[in-house]
Amino acid sequence: MSILLDTMTPVIVQGITGREGSFHTEQMQSLGTKVVGGTSPGKGGTTHMGVPVFNTVADAVEATGATASGIFVPAQFAADAIMEAAAGGITLIVCITEGIPIQDMIKVKDFLRGYPATRLIGANCPGLITPGQAKIGIIPQRITSPGSVGMVSRSGTLTYEVGSALSAAGMGQSTIVGIGGDPVLGLTFRDIVELFEKDPATTHLVLIGEIGGSDEEHAAELLARGTRLKTVAFISGRTAPEGKRMGHAGAIVSGNRGTAKSKEEAFRKAGVAVAETTDEIVGLLR
Amino acid sequence: MKLLEYQAKEVLSSLGIAIPPGIVARTPDEAAAACSRLGPVAVKAQVPVGGRGKAGGIKLAKTPDDARRAAEQIIGMDIKGFRVSLVYCEAALEIAREIYLGFTVDRDARANILMLSAKGGMDIEQVAEESPDAIARLYPSPWRGPLDFELTQLAYDAGLGELVRPLTSLIKKLYRAIPEYDALTAEINPLVVTKSGDVVAGDAKLETDDNAAWRHVDLEEKYGSVLGGDPYEVEAKKRHLTYVSLDGDIGIVGNGAGLCMSTLDLVQRAGGKAANFCDIGGGAKAEVVENALAVILMNPKVKGVLINVFGGITRGDEVAKGIVTARDNLKMRLPLVVRMSGTREEEGREILKRNGIEPGVSAWEAAQKIVELTRAGVR
Repeated sequence: MSILLDTMTPVIVQGITGREGSFHTEQMQSLGTKVVGGTSPGKGGTTHMGVPVFNTVADAVEATGATASGIFVPAQFAADAIMEAAAGGITLIVCITEGIPIQDMIKVKDFLRGYPATRLIGANCPGLITPGQAKIGIIPQRITSPGSVGMVSRSGTLTYEVGSALSAAGMGQSTIVGIGGDPVLGLTFRDIVELFEKDPATTHLVLIGEIGGSDEEHAAELLARGTRLKTVAFISGRTAPEGKRMGHAGAIVSGNRGTAKSKEEAFRKAGVAVAETTDEIVGLLR
Repeated sequence: MKLLEYQAKEVLSSLGIAIPPGIVARTPDEAAAACSRLGPVAVKAQVPVGGRGKAGGIKLAKTPDDARRAAEQIIGMDIKGFRVSLVYCEAALEIAREIYLGFTVDRDARANILMLSAKGGMDIEQVAEESPDAIARLYPSPWRGPLDFELTQLAYDAGLGELVRPLTSLIKKLYRAIPEYDALTAEINPLVVTKSGDVVAGDAKLETDDNAAWRHVDLEEKYGSVLGGDPYEVEAKKRHLTYVSLDGDIGIVGNGAGLCMSTLDLVQRAGGKAANFCDIGGGAKAEVVENALAVILMNPKVKGVLINVFGGITRGDEVAKGIVTARDNLKMRLPLVVRMSGTREEEGREILKRNGIEPGVSAWEAAQKIVELTRAGVR
């Protein structure tokens, strides 16, 4: 078992003929992801990476029955691509693209209210992987191994770092979800925690948060009500100064809001173990 | 991009919002001249941070001599790390009342929030904490913007019913900063009602979205260079690096924002202090590493550099070769510690060792090493 994605999920890739789209489609296929097609306006009717290419998402869904999509299109077009996927009937949209204007994402979030069954992951995220089964996005397969630890993170490379430490320690993962580093994004920590809670194959949980916003605090509130998952949280950016954006558009402490301290305290209050360095995560999870 | 007050006011004025007459001055003489033209003025430090008033960055001047003295005191001041290089001399207003008006992105709601309050001229976060009911709020549709009836409700909710007409018209103008400039925050605090009944922007804050800079090249061209700012950050931007200056002495390069932030945290834990945040993104190409090191080494405070690269599909031996080349091209002599992982990381570490670079197996070990080396002053 897993959350959101397994070997049976039919996936399309938006922007499949691009450099990034092609490369990562191949990576996704090599893991066993059921990639059933892709889109690239003007290239409908052709074949790329061994799958049919369509002009639009609606065409692709009609022909293939795809329910999930990975988006690899440039930032200028990504917001439209997300809305196109939702309107075309995709229910799991994973947007990898970094640098989408925040006002575009606010429009996307408003648009998605009309599609309550649709889930968006990202943007500005590495996507998700169910080790040994399937992935949508760019999380490298080699840092993962199948198992029962659920992982959710705002950071890409930090996820890889912790994933490989877990794998090396023999602690495999059920599903790893990178929710992204933008201030306005799709699924939140809380949404993912709820999904892991309902997944019988997941027994442990690692949350990797960072400064900015209060999504970590909201997840802590949920965990405080009680959870069957043995959970460890880690927050990066303890030493980040106020008012500076640390790489991710969403990683910013504003006044006294969004600090690592506030997030760590929220988790501790919820009875969740807090790792002070990523090296401590494996030990605390055992 | 955080605009300076006078720049934000120029933008508001272009949207049809009334602003007091004002003149930018770079010298005390220019400030005196501005006062002779405008009459009594407020001489205001132009820095992209709040709290200037408390820091002594705003002074009232009745005469040109007053204005000259005020400018002498303010120009060159350091306000929260920003050196004041210009002042804005603005005609003093006859204030009848002060209102708060602003919008910003509400991250929890994933929407724009519009706020209006009769308690103007104060820190809005303080108002929100002490008397949350004093702020009326509206989440306008991002597709059509605020509607008249919504704004009428907002004005009455804020206890400003008698100003409903001028406020509705003004808020619609301010809202245009979202579709037209990709504003993330646009704030008028105070919004001044003058004794003659005019509604004028007393102060203005405007922050636009860097992700949308490609839609507003004109704005960047007009105001970006005036903003100046930290010289290393300016240089890093030219080299397309994600870089933030900090006040320590250990240079940091990492790939990925989260990993890079956690590296700063580890350095502090080991007893050191980072000089910067620098995310070189995926891949860690030699050219990008060289650009990052070049910017970091511009800073004379830097005593050593820690590179932390997690290679997903990147090959460790290639990363190592790239780092050695970058160091040699730059003739870098300061201590350098590299922690890297990825495919062929063992070979990578061998290459580093052979070239006199300290490899670290874990990020924590590497952080301790660089702190030790910079403390010892090893060269």
